[in-house]
Amino acid sequence: MDLKTFKIGGVHPPENKLSAGAPIEAAALPKRAFIHLGQHLGAPAKPIVQKGDKVRVGTLIGAGEGFISAAVHSSVSGTVFAIDAVVDASGYKRPAVIIDVEGDEWEPTIDRSPELKKDISLDKKAIVDRLKEAGIVGLGGATFPAHVKYMVPEGKKVDTLIINAVECEPYLTSDHRVMLERADEVLVGTRILMTALGVERAVIGIEANKPDAIEILSRKAKDHPGITVQALKVQYPQGAEKQLIKAILNREVPSGKLPLDVGCVVNNVGTTVAVYEAVQKNKPLFERIVTLTGKKLPRKANFLVRVGTPITQLIDACGGAPEGTAKFINGGPMMGKAMVNTDIPVTKGTSGVILVDEADARRNAPGACIRCAKCVAACPMGLEPYLIEKQAEYALWEDAEKEDAADCMECGCCQFTCPAARPLLDNIRLAKTTVMRIRRERSKK
Amino acid sequence: MILYPVIMLGAVAGIAAILLFLTAKKFHVEEDPRIDKVAELLPGANCGGCGYPGCRGLAEAIVKAADKGDIGGLSCPPGGSTAMKAIGEVLGMAVAESEPMVAVLRCGGTHEKAPRTLKYDGAPKCVIAHTVFAGEKGCPNGCLGLGDCVTVCAFGAMYMDEKTGLPVIDPAKCVACGACVKACPRKIIEMRPKGRKERRVWVNCVNTEKGAAAMKYCKAACIGCGKCVKECPEKVQAITLQNNLAYIDPKKCIACGKCVLVCPTKAILATFEPPKPKPVEAKPAEAAPATPA
Amino acid sequence: MSNTIVSLSPHAKGPLSTEKVMWGVVIALMPSFAFSAYFFGIRAIVVTLVATIACILTEFLIQKYLMKTTVTAFDGSAAITGILLAFNVPSSIPIWQMVLGSVFAIAIGKMVFGGLGRNPFNPALLGRAFMLASFPVDMTTWPIPVKTQWLWEMGKTVDGTTAATPLGFFKEGVKMNASMGDLVAQRPELYDYFNLFIGNVGGCIGEVSAFAILLGGIYLLYKKIITWHIPVFYLGGLALITGIFWWMEPAKYADPLFHLFAGGAMLGAWFMATDMVTSPMTVKGQILFAVCGGLLCGLIRLFGAFPEGCSYSILIMNAFVPLIDKYIKPTRFGKEVNYG
Repeated sequence: MDLKTFKIGGVHPPENKLSAGAPIEAAALPKRAFIHLGQHLGAPAKPIVQKGDKVRVGTLIGAGEGFISAAVHSSVSGTVFAIDAVVDASGYKRPAVIIDVEGDEWEPTIDRSPELKKDISLDKKAIVDRLKEAGIVGLGGATFPAHVKYMVPEGKKVDTLIINAVECEPYLTSDHRVMLERADEVLVGTRILMTALGVERAVIGIEANKPDAIEILSRKAKDHPGITVQALKVQYPQGAEKQLIKAILNREVPSGKLPLDVGCVVNNVGTTVAVYEAVQKNKPLFERIVTLTGKKLPRKANFLVRVGTPITQLIDACGGAPEGTAKFINGGPMMGKAMVNTDIPVTKGTSGVILVDEADARRNAPGACIRCAKCVAACPMGLEPYLIEKQAEYALWEDAEKEDAADCMECGCCQFTCPAARPLLDNIRLAKTTVMRIRRERSKK
Repeated sequence: MILYPVIMLGAVAGIAAILLFLTAKKFHVEEDPRIDKVAELLPGANCGGCGYPGCRGLAEAIVKAADKGDIGGLSCPPGGSTAMKAIGEVLGMAVAESEPMVAVLRCGGTHEKAPRTLKYDGAPKCVIAHTVFAGEKGCPNGCLGLGDCVTVCAFGAMYMDEKTGLPVIDPAKCVACGACVKACPRKIIEMRPKGRKERRVWVNCVNTEKGAAAMKYCKAACIGCGKCVKECPEKVQAITLQNNLAYIDPKKCIACGKCVLVCPTKAILATFEPPKPKPVEAKPAEAAPATPA
Repeated sequence: MSNTIVSLSPHAKGPLSTEKVMWGVVIALMPSFAFSAYFFGIRAIVVTLVATIACILTEFLIQKYLMKTTVTAFDGSAAITGILLAFNVPSSIPIWQMVLGSVFAIAIGKMVFGGLGRNPFNPALLGRAFMLASFPVDMTTWPIPVKTQWLWEMGKTVDGTTAATPLGFFKEGVKMNASMGDLVAQRPELYDYFNLFIGNVGGCIGEVSAFAILLGGIYLLYKKIITWHIPVFYLGGLALITGIFWWMEPAKYADPLFHLFAGGAMLGAWFMATDMVTSPMTVKGQILFAVCGGLLCGLIRLFGAFPEGCSYSILIMNAFVPLIDKYIKPTRFGKEVNYG
């Protein structure tokens, strides 16, 4: 296998892909669904239903507001109980539509037949409109509204679509299972996105620790001209957008710019399946694969979950939280969010839930910086984390700006590798957000 | 033998002294002598509460303004009226009396009233914890207890009370420079007038959630019931209710203390014991003063 | 759920800790320790242990009673300073001088600046400089190692007689206008590459055996505690400058291979210059630091007042590290648009 990779930085956390062998299973419907209106980057959707309304699976319940926004659809059928603020992964309460579930009645416009529809009948513009109507957002975790990515501004040339099937975060296996079990839909979905973008070439990047996925997609991609599979070295953060583009196309996205500026667009492999279902089966986005895992969890699983399902339900289906679980991570261990409780519902961005034992969860006591420069060597963006942390401590925001603190992608490599267990990323985030706020205020003047 | 080194070093020292003297004279910057006089009258703590870079910066600004004829807008919070009056005399200008202010903490979420249901394990800064979650107590507006305010106080007027988990402000030491107000990511500390004879009343909560939701995690929360609004004497009307939160306007408040007694969650505090009403039933005066012993 | 922990990402913990790094360096110094015991006997072991204990004790006492902060004296960094300081002195050094040097190294070389991670100069080298300035005779008198057949007699030194070190002997000789050829003929064992490599020459406790140091260095590389850049470029710089002069006038100067193995160059390159706290934070900076250090070392050896220049070259470069870190930045991602 010819493995490609990015050049600067990176670490290799233990992979712990404990759930890789668990096939996708449908999770039970919740009794009450809490569907957040802000499940994506950008402005939250505006609710278009109210208390007492009857909804079906796939009914539009939130309309996108503004350019960067996405539609939200009901994932269950039943009656709207309330529109209230519910705690989400951010740790704060955000507006959500709460629905009492009755049965499982789908919108009749959705095609539920299992046959693979290979031919693409829609043209570029129709596809992008379809993506918008179906509320498709990136399922890699960033949840960027997909239709916005494919509205290429005048003057920008694009030649490649990159499908991110890397899944470099430890523990998570939802993308892996999607590639193994729904490879055909992945490829048709990729072709749909190629049509939407107007390109002839797509590359699916997969990390080398998933040889079965590489094999099955390479084999099936032969029937889809223009699509190739590229195996990548197992290194975190191989799946970060900029690093992935560097590895596959050897192009570096400049600071503050987008992949469009180097001629490509990146989308997660789970999103391709959602795109296939939206375009070929008229199915909006209301469910996704969520990995349930943890070293002491009795049963590891990859569930197909309706958004709005409380995570407690999924944990119970795996045998309940083991004794001594002290942290619940929404996402992966390097970039995920620690949950305040397990009642938090699944959203479009929930890629996995990791149950962590007390010993692993507690951070080591931070020591003095020994200036070993391991953080500098590990940073994929070429920054100096130890310096930005010091600048955050002394509130030297102009200096932090000169050190490119705003370019930090919060991957966590620095803090992971620090022998003194210093809270590097905590402070760098503070510097980054302050620098960005100062820049905004400066440009307003 | 030792004479030679002594003479040599003495000569070097002498030449250096002459050089320094000449350089100081040549590069001397002429400064308005009034700036020095004004700077002497200022506390010299360089706290930045006036908005200028250090006491010297304020002194320059005052002298500049004095030449324009009005030093009204400039004031030194720590120096207070005494300093400004003295400065006014030196410059021969009139200075308006400014109301002495003090920083007031507006959160009653002690360990007892708002038990911690979560454990925060990150960098111990409030600004960082604020971005992670609502807080160990669960209240999205409540004090995070990590002491950014205490760290930034340059006058030693604050300390963290381990028993309650909340910071304590010593009104005797507080000079109202405003650093703690800026440092708090949740805007829990407010600058309020000290009040006549140190009598002041305030709502000890900034939570804007509905009463039932707030009570779930804090027994001392303001539930927005409005009893205080009704109790405030008609001629005064100092209390307003907005977003499920009561607010006492310090400009209107006469510090009678009636609202303190009617608050069902004891969310209103005062620096004095409000007079009990005449009727037989003696309510225990539980408006605990916020001043530490 | 009262024990649920909440914090920001990353939630994964890396494999390293400060203790692992520090004690890893101590392990890497063990081959040299063993070889020094073989060549210089019990005295070498005693001196090393005294230095190590004195350093740890000094740091402990200062942290606990003077600074009143958390005690980190047992994390291994003081131990490294003690061992390295002992490796830089002759094994015949009086014990009280060793103790004084250790106290100085920790108290003035490290604690005065705020403790671990805050000192600009390598504490062991600072201690050595202090000892050399304060006790010049004891610091430049080396015992002769005795080659014995019996293992239990190994490493005895002959009392009362002193040895010349290779560097010292040749420098003095050339100053007296003897040619290199004659000097080598006089004392061939001081120019024998094998002797120099193995350590069978006079010198400070830890600097003689290049082989033992190399073993330790390879261990450090394997454990990823250091990277190869500083040692290779330091020795490269040294070899370069000594090589140039040797090539121009071989009668007056020794060849570069001699310079690499003789004296404290190997110890300096692998253990002193690579000290994390006092070396630059970027690879480019480290290369510059190491090359300049090697050149300086060579210059002092060839033209300076001392026969050995390694410790001073590193101390001088330590002073430049903040400047290097200020201006040499790592390559940022995406600074140049590259269309592959």
